[in-house]
Amino acid sequence: MPMKIGDVEFFGRVDKGLRNSFMRNAVVSAQERLKGAKLNAAEELGDWEEWRNLSEEIRQHTLENLDYYLEELTENVCKQGGHVFFAQTAEEANEYITRVSKEKKAKKIIKSKSMVTEEISMNDALEALGCEVIESDLGEYILQLDDHDPPSHIVAPALHKNKEQIRETFSEKKGYKKTSKPEELALFAREQLRADFLSADIGITGCNFAVAESGAISLVTNEGNARLSTSLPKTQITVMGMERIVPTWEELDILVSMLCRSAVGQKLTSYITGLIGPKDKGDVDGPEEFHLVILDNGRSNILGTEFQSALHCIRCAACINVCPIYRHIGGHSYGSIYPGPIGAVLSPLLGGYEDYKELPYASSLCAACTEACPVKIPLHDLLVKHRRNIVEEHGKGTFGEKLAMRGFSLAASSPKIFSMGSKSAPTVMSPFIKDGKVKKGPGPIKPWTDIRDFPEPSKQSFREWFKKRDKGGDQ
Amino acid sequence: MKVSLFITCLGDVFYPYVGKDTVEILERLNCEVVFPKNQTCCGQPAYNSGYHKETKDVAKHMIKTFEQSDYIVSPSGSCVTMFHEYVHLFDHDKEWQEKAQSLANRTFEFTQFIVDVLKVENVGASFSKRATYHTSCHMSRLLGVKDAPMKLLENVKGLELSNLPNKEICCGFGGTFSVKMVPISEQMVNEKIEHIEETDAEVLIGADCGCLMNIGGRIERQGKPIKVMHIAQVLNSRG
Repeated sequence: MPMKIGDVEFFGRVDKGLRNSFMRNAVVSAQERLKGAKLNAAEELGDWEEWRNLSEEIRQHTLENLDYYLEELTENVCKQGGHVFFAQTAEEANEYITRVSKEKKAKKIIKSKSMVTEEISMNDALEALGCEVIESDLGEYILQLDDHDPPSHIVAPALHKNKEQIRETFSEKKGYKKTSKPEELALFAREQLRADFLSADIGITGCNFAVAESGAISLVTNEGNARLSTSLPKTQITVMGMERIVPTWEELDILVSMLCRSAVGQKLTSYITGLIGPKDKGDVDGPEEFHLVILDNGRSNILGTEFQSALHCIRCAACINVCPIYRHIGGHSYGSIYPGPIGAVLSPLLGGYEDYKELPYASSLCAACTEACPVKIPLHDLLVKHRRNIVEEHGKGTFGEKLAMRGFSLAASSPKIFSMGSKSAPTVMSPFIKDGKVKKGPGPIKPWTDIRDFPEPSKQSFREWFKKRDKGGDQ
Repeated sequence: MKVSLFITCLGDVFYPYVGKDTVEILERLNCEVVFPKNQTCCGQPAYNSGYHKETKDVAKHMIKTFEQSDYIVSPSGSCVTMFHEYVHLFDHDKEWQEKAQSLANRTFEFTQFIVDVLKVENVGASFSKRATYHTSCHMSRLLGVKDAPMKLLENVKGLELSNLPNKEICCGFGGTFSVKMVPISEQMVNEKIEHIEETDAEVLIGADCGCLMNIGGRIERQGKPIKVMHIAQVLNSRG
């Protein structure tokens, strides 16, 4: 599965993440920085909750009429001389893209940042063909140079690296000789990339949103690299998830504002580009040929299910930036190119429970994600729904857990058994109690006491105390 | 006013003193407190683990147990949130969904009940300590109870309350999360304790026994001199 990162099992990945103190510091400081920026950007807008409601409505409406808007988009792209290809799978998308590249006899391809091309491992397919593929987003460029290190965040892919590590990578792979000052590093990357922009045969981009009414695609960046990727090469290929569409420019306006504010706390990013098809006669720049690849890859299976709202996602990473789990384990621990709460929801939907069965449990259900989401995806609720599916539909709960939960349900539905259980708690626990605490607990309490003390059950339960007092009384 | 107390399973077995303080405060505020003795647990351990069929049985039992209650009050924001969650369990069962909605309408978290229903913000407590307050996630985000505990604590005589840095971040409890994902939970609770220490508080106050069991259990394991108290204990203090 292309979405998957590495073969290490979940707890092995978590262990590695927790030991990476550099990555953890970087994540914590990014979360802190973005938290403040996002709050300010949201406040500026006025009633943030109203904006969230409106954004949710737009996404709901679009998804409920997705067939209509995709058709409108396709018609408009074709009318303006573009080509549209619907890819049901990652393989079909890669096949089409490599076919176009072969036809164009492309040697060098310049890319702007796109999660969907990561999802389908497009670079591997193009490299197998003998093309040189160059990532032009600074974060992606660093990762690509560093032996194709996978992204750990959907907006800031190299979040897990510091400037020293970046300097080392540049010097080892590109003969960089200057300091680790961000300005010098960025200038160096810029010089390197400029030559690639000028000599690339094809430019490939993702798509933040396509606009159905005009057949346009929009790209949101802070580096301007997407703009260059789409103006210099003769051929442009844009790959989009089939849900990344808005009806008109009006909705685009709202969602781009929500995206920029939620992702990086900016009113707008430095570059927001709207592009329509190949260049017209008389245009000085722009591609001669334009291909739009619209990818399903499991998305249509989510439509119409209780997980449909996961397709509202505008990939802003607001949920990731507030997630206390991501804060400690970092992106690679999720084992998917989609990390954090949205990754824990989306990865099992797109890639199946077999590879991602732990992710829905990698959450304390604190709902910080749900609160942060600008399009109101009930992320923590969807994680609980995944857990229910894993247990009830896929029978993947362990035998012990099933037994425990049946026992729990039986006891909690029967006051007699329940009060017997609570009455016997002090006796059952007494062998494990030392100085009024449980330091090394039995059975399910063992993992708890691995890191914490467990309280001693009270000799007299609340209900016994209440029964014996002279006021109030049982009912 | 007649109030039915929902003590919660943790409160019943491990923290009966929290229940006693809750009862005493409510009675001082002229409530008649009754204890429907058939009550058990809200079912959250099963629900959050994905065992929803099993949770439905528990939910039906609790709905029946509290059917006659005008007001249901509980010293746990998380368990009250679970009562509100029952409505979604019965999406395809209109009869029980209505009953679940009625249960939710009548159920209040302890501080929410005092401030929003009884309209009281000063319960006459005095407690001369330096303290900080942990906002539980379910109570503040899902139940939406953010101000009530702060209003009550601000009126406690002698209490020096300081703001907990990063208070909105989860303490790492998360029910079964705390035993299923121990290495992650450990880092979360460690960070929470570091923030508590930054405030120089002698006492950490919270309104959910689950979070307090997690933070308190870790503090004890680390041997740190911070006392952990439920807000009902503080509000019932007179010293």
